[in-house]
Amino acid sequence: MGQTVTERRNFRNGLLFALPWILGFLAFSVYPLLSSLYYSFTKFNAVTTPEWVGLNNFKDIFSDPLVWKSLGNTLFMAFVSMPVTLATALILALIVTKNFRGKGLVRTVFFLPSVIPMVAATMVWIWMFNPTYGYINQILSWFGINGPAWLLDARFTKWALVLMGSWNAGTTMLVCMAALQEVPSSYYESASIDGANALRKFFSISLPSIAHVLVYQAILSFINTFQYFQQVKIIVTANQGLKGGSGGGGPENSILMYPLYLYQNGFEFLKMGKASAMAWLLFIVVAILTVVMTKASRKVTDSAGGE
Amino acid sequence: MADMGKLKKIIFNVLFFALVACLCLVFFSPFLSMVTTSFKTNNDAFTVPVRLLPREWIFTNFPEALNTIPYLRYMGNTVFITALSVLGQLIVTPMVAYSLSKIKWGGSKVISGLLMATMMIPITVTMIPLYKIYAAIGWTNTYIPLILPTFFGKAFYIILVRQFFSGVPNSLFEAARIDGANEAQRFLLIALPLSKPALTTVGIYAFLDAWSDYLMPMIFITKPDKFTLSLGMQQFLSEYSTDWAKLMAAAVMFVLPVIVLFSVFQRNFVQGIATSGLKA
Repeated sequence: MGQTVTERRNFRNGLLFALPWILGFLAFSVYPLLSSLYYSFTKFNAVTTPEWVGLNNFKDIFSDPLVWKSLGNTLFMAFVSMPVTLATALILALIVTKNFRGKGLVRTVFFLPSVIPMVAATMVWIWMFNPTYGYINQILSWFGINGPAWLLDARFTKWALVLMGSWNAGTTMLVCMAALQEVPSSYYESASIDGANALRKFFSISLPSIAHVLVYQAILSFINTFQYFQQVKIIVTANQGLKGGSGGGGPENSILMYPLYLYQNGFEFLKMGKASAMAWLLFIVVAILTVVMTKASRKVTDSAGGE
Repeated sequence: MADMGKLKKIIFNVLFFALVACLCLVFFSPFLSMVTTSFKTNNDAFTVPVRLLPREWIFTNFPEALNTIPYLRYMGNTVFITALSVLGQLIVTPMVAYSLSKIKWGGSKVISGLLMATMMIPITVTMIPLYKIYAAIGWTNTYIPLILPTFFGKAFYIILVRQFFSGVPNSLFEAARIDGANEAQRFLLIALPLSKPALTTVGIYAFLDAWSDYLMPMIFITKPDKFTLSLGMQQFLSEYSTDWAKLMAAAVMFVLPVIVLFSVFQRNFVQGIATSGLKA
């Protein structure tokens, strides 16, 4: 009897303490997810009520070349920018786990960009990328290189984003750093006795030991890439004010990311039904990728001898 | 032979420090660019060759930036939203984390799983229904859509504090229970005081999130006098895109509170990310 009273009380207390989150989950996750699914079969804008149109939105999406263009741009970020950022983070982490004077300061410098508000950081990058008056092309000119127009030239816009992304590697660097610090130093010592050089130690000890963390970070970053949006929105808005700059998706829509096009459909072209359909397609893709990648990563890290 | 080894080591060290110095310069250059430009005249900023330091130092960009857009009003709006958001997260996060970690009940496992799942839901999926419902209630152009969700907890923060609680021995709570303390007392008198370091971390992240947020204000706030600093900066950028000296002065003022906060609480930042990244 006493057991059940305790159990019942625990259940009541547990529920009460977690209640805010449960309510929030229903209101800010479950409800929007479900109504978004319904909306994707309707036509409406900010003020009208949704009107059922069946699969029209999906037909519209698959025949819209800009959807495919934006998907391609997003995949570029996933398969080029994300790995570059991850590699940068790993290199930075290897540096700050070494012992040298001024290490704390170096770590601060590497991490600081990650706490800067997005709008401010993107603004500064737009200025740095200015073809004539920006620092970057000025420095390139010292080496006799005639720098490109970066954010104004469709061939270079995405590479500018890659640079900006690597600058933000600080958070991932900290995670890698914490993982590297957990590797027992005795591993390295015995490897030194066996005559292994630094490169050998990296590939035989460091990399396998932190593989599980790297894979986890890669999955997270990959998923986040499908939400990559705010930076390009800021750049596109800034370009609108410039003479010769095109709004929309940047020069030749070269930085029109899938979430940006989704946002534009919903809040600028007021096609909220189409935007909802795009959102659900995105959600399904992200969900499938998450499951597949998590399963696959377990295999990888198991065979690598990780946790 | 020994000399060769020594020489090799010296060369390696020199190369290593050169690499580190270069990387530091690269990572710091946007800050340099921002700060030095904010002290230039606009003519100076638009003169080739580009110089790092101003040809002539001026300090008027800062007061002028404050007047070009209603900067102080935007800052007031942002401070208001940020303060309430931090408050909301600090109240709710430890409660939920406590329930998941220190109360034995069937829901804690289910909720822990769902927490991870909610982190995967793209914001683009939820933003349209949320906009629709807030518009129907008449809450667009108010700060309610920005503040209300913070009083219902955020998965990342809850996971962070739950992690912290799981390191606190259960015997502590068991002893208090035997002494007659009920659940609420155990939470308020034992768990809450103990979790101060974890809550500091949550507070800092909540501050940063609210201070820097761009997407949510952009969706829900369209009236210029209600703008947050992020929206104000964006407006500045699109309307005065030829006045980079003033723009950079505005950016410096926007970034400064964040940098101050970061330098004071750097340890919390680092630990928060390191633990959540490893074990989540």
